[in-house]
Amino acid sequence: MNSKILLDDKKIEIILHRLCCQMVERHGDFSNTVLVGLQPRGTLLLDRLKLMLSGMKVMNLKTGKLDTTFFRDDFRRKEEPLNARSTEMNVALEGRDVILIDDVLFTGRSIRSALTAIDSYGRPKSIELLVLIDRRFSRHLPIQPDYLGAQIDALQGDKVRVVWNEDPIKNIVYLEKQNA
Amino acid sequence: MKTLSVDHLLGIKYLTAEDIHLIFETATHFKEVINRPIKKVPSLRDITIANLFFENSTRTKLSFELAEKRLSADVINFSAGQSSVQKGETLVDTVNNILAMKVDMIVMRHPYPGAAHFLSQQVNASIINAGDGTHEHPTQALLDAFSLHEKLGDLDGKRIAIIGDILHSRVALSNIYALKMLGAEVRLCAPKSLLPKHIESLGVSVSTDLMSTLNWCDAANMLRVQNERMELNYFPSTREYSQYYGLTLERLQQLRKEIIILHPGPINRGVEITSAVADSSQAIILDQVENGVAIRMAVIYLLASKLTISVA
Repeated sequence: MNSKILLDDKKIEIILHRLCCQMVERHGDFSNTVLVGLQPRGTLLLDRLKLMLSGMKVMNLKTGKLDTTFFRDDFRRKEEPLNARSTEMNVALEGRDVILIDDVLFTGRSIRSALTAIDSYGRPKSIELLVLIDRRFSRHLPIQPDYLGAQIDALQGDKVRVVWNEDPIKNIVYLEKQNA
Repeated sequence: MKTLSVDHLLGIKYLTAEDIHLIFETATHFKEVINRPIKKVPSLRDITIANLFFENSTRTKLSFELAEKRLSADVINFSAGQSSVQKGETLVDTVNNILAMKVDMIVMRHPYPGAAHFLSQQVNASIINAGDGTHEHPTQALLDAFSLHEKLGDLDGKRIAIIGDILHSRVALSNIYALKMLGAEVRLCAPKSLLPKHIESLGVSVSTDLMSTLNWCDAANMLRVQNERMELNYFPSTREYSQYYGLTLERLQQLRKEIIILHPGPINRGVEITSAVADSSQAIILDQVENGVAIRMAVIYLLASKLTISVA
């Protein structure tokens, strides 16, 4: 197993700050905006963005956590069964501006399932995508992020891992590249 | 990643505690799904399910059909009354004919105990037992235990009473297996004539006294008197049964604590339970119905995930 750190905690913090500034620039006071973290790992990124946005005086942020297991296109096509995680969507999405949040954008299939799953909660006015890491040249579907942390090139079979520290105040994040 | 230990749901007897917990966990997610504005997921869009009901059913059939449709499965329905069974076709022939139409999963209710088990050995499809005679009704037991779990938390050490027509009840047997597997203490309460012999060997206690049982338990599952399965008279009159074993508001008010009331339906109001009790806040009968859809979605989803896919 060969791993290397692509982004350390300092860089991650700068990136998260930039992403928050970009969201504030487009969404202002977030009065019509809902941030939706994708289970399991996008919700961890959402928690950190929420913390940072509250430090930037964004009040009454509306958020949700969405699990897309039942909308995935690989049901019965994988060796391992798909086990769902909890969904917490206590906010109406009809007419709202939604920002989907995930840690790594790879094939784009999770995002496609999220786009379908989102429909169950009404028809949003718009949907944008925020990701921390974009794995270039690996997309299976025509999906691109609107807010992008960092773009990396990884070989097929490589794994990009985002490791969040338990303590959200320290906000330490590691990124490892592993050769399979 | 977790998966069920079985390929069919024939009875609770064949499950493990881990299976039940996995079904509960999955059902929790599906309960959230069925409370969304759009209550449908596309998981089973390439699966076809046949509901074979060789015995009358309203709520179980509706609940299964709704669960299947919420999962986007294609559904075909079959009732024995309108079929070639009347012309003398055997069960295996009937089912193989249906399977020849590329059906992946069978939900079956049958008046004979063991029918689902027999079928699972004869045909190549995933079988869900929706009640086989007086034997088992696994999805009912799962939804009962799930509803109890929602109200009482972990069922380990909880005291659950099953009251009424135990003898003719497949719900009772499946409930005993499920509750014991989850660590609950189970007491059966009925007139002697409606208690099967040697039922204590399943690890349950038995009583003929309603009030002491109600005082003992945290929750009571009131079973219907199944007149349609009775060839003999098991008690002198319905009126006498309800006087001794009917749950009334007065009886509930005399108890030392508040207990939860379940009923698998259909209710005979005024016989095993009065309207005042059935409609009281202690009764979770309608929660059971809602949970029934979520539990059946979970069972179907988990069994379907074990079906191999044929990619051309």
